[in-house]
Amino acid sequence: MKNLKFVILFFMLPSNLFSMHIMEGFLPPLWAGFWWLAALPFIWLGIRSVQKIVNAKPELKPLIAMAGAFAFVLSALKIPSVTGSSSHMTGVALGTLMFGPFTMALLGFIVLLFQALLLAHGGITTLGANTISMAVAGPMIAYFVFSLCRKIGVNERMGIFTAAFLCDIFTYVVTSAQLAFAHPAADGGVAVSIVKFLAVFAITQVPLAVIEGLLTVVVFNILSSYAIDEMKGLGFLKFTMEEQYEK
Amino acid sequence: MKNKKIMNLVLIGIAVMIAVMPLILIKGSEFGGADGKAEEVVKETNPGYEPWIESFWAPPGGETESLLFALQAAIGSGVVCMVIGYYKGRKDGRRLSVSDR
Repeated sequence: MKNLKFVILFFMLPSNLFSMHIMEGFLPPLWAGFWWLAALPFIWLGIRSVQKIVNAKPELKPLIAMAGAFAFVLSALKIPSVTGSSSHMTGVALGTLMFGPFTMALLGFIVLLFQALLLAHGGITTLGANTISMAVAGPMIAYFVFSLCRKIGVNERMGIFTAAFLCDIFTYVVTSAQLAFAHPAADGGVAVSIVKFLAVFAITQVPLAVIEGLLTVVVFNILSSYAIDEMKGLGFLKFTMEEQYEK
Repeated sequence: MKNKKIMNLVLIGIAVMIAVMPLILIKGSEFGGADGKAEEVVKETNPGYEPWIESFWAPPGGETESLLFALQAAIGSGVVCMVIGYYKGRKDGRRLSVSDR
């Protein structure tokens, strides 16, 4: 039953040849360097955070692998959207909700590096900017939103959905801002430019963000059925022992 | 458990519907990437801009590129499924060893 998801996903494999990250050469050297510098400390925090988890709780290794793999799958799937163009999801919310805001900075960076090197999807010079948008800004929002949802007592699955949805949207808001700062409009400057880039990315991304939210909840459902100890250790699943055995 | 399975099926169903709907509703679109459009916006807002560097390697054609994307998805879902299988097997194993006693 749970394999059905992947069977379905396989039918939606990409059939066209575009990328959604900022392409190689599309940020001037100064901005490319700026975003690289901005991304480096987060990548370092990501390495530290993965090390910490692996040292303190080695039993969580499979879940880390899964968080990275989930981002790997979702960012390979280019899905048609209502605007008549295609885009792909980020898949970084899952790992963020399990391990905190920094783990995915490293895992997302690895995914982006693979795509930049092997697929000419994104680029090496724009890798810093793409890391900031997909692997830093998105996860930050996801973490913040999910913590907020928990605090005000929103249903756990609703919180996961909302966090993953906003994570996906915010990634492309940041991408638009990065492009707008580097390419301000001649009349009206950055503000006009940002609206134009948002018009390209944001609307396309809304349905995809919904899909990402749904799939993230699906994976949480599966994990909470089977990896009960781990999920409890990570602060999910607050039901009693009897309930556990029932499930 | 059963509720979760039903819920997952419903959620996946909705996800598939959202992805398929544009294909049915919008005719005459190739569903090109949103970044192609972003490229147009760059040309519009910053007419003099030329990309100053190109990817040093790109897949030679559509077929190879789709191969690499398929590979990426296959490796990713392979790992995801393996981890799910690992936890399911462990849980079933525990249940069996309990009922053995």
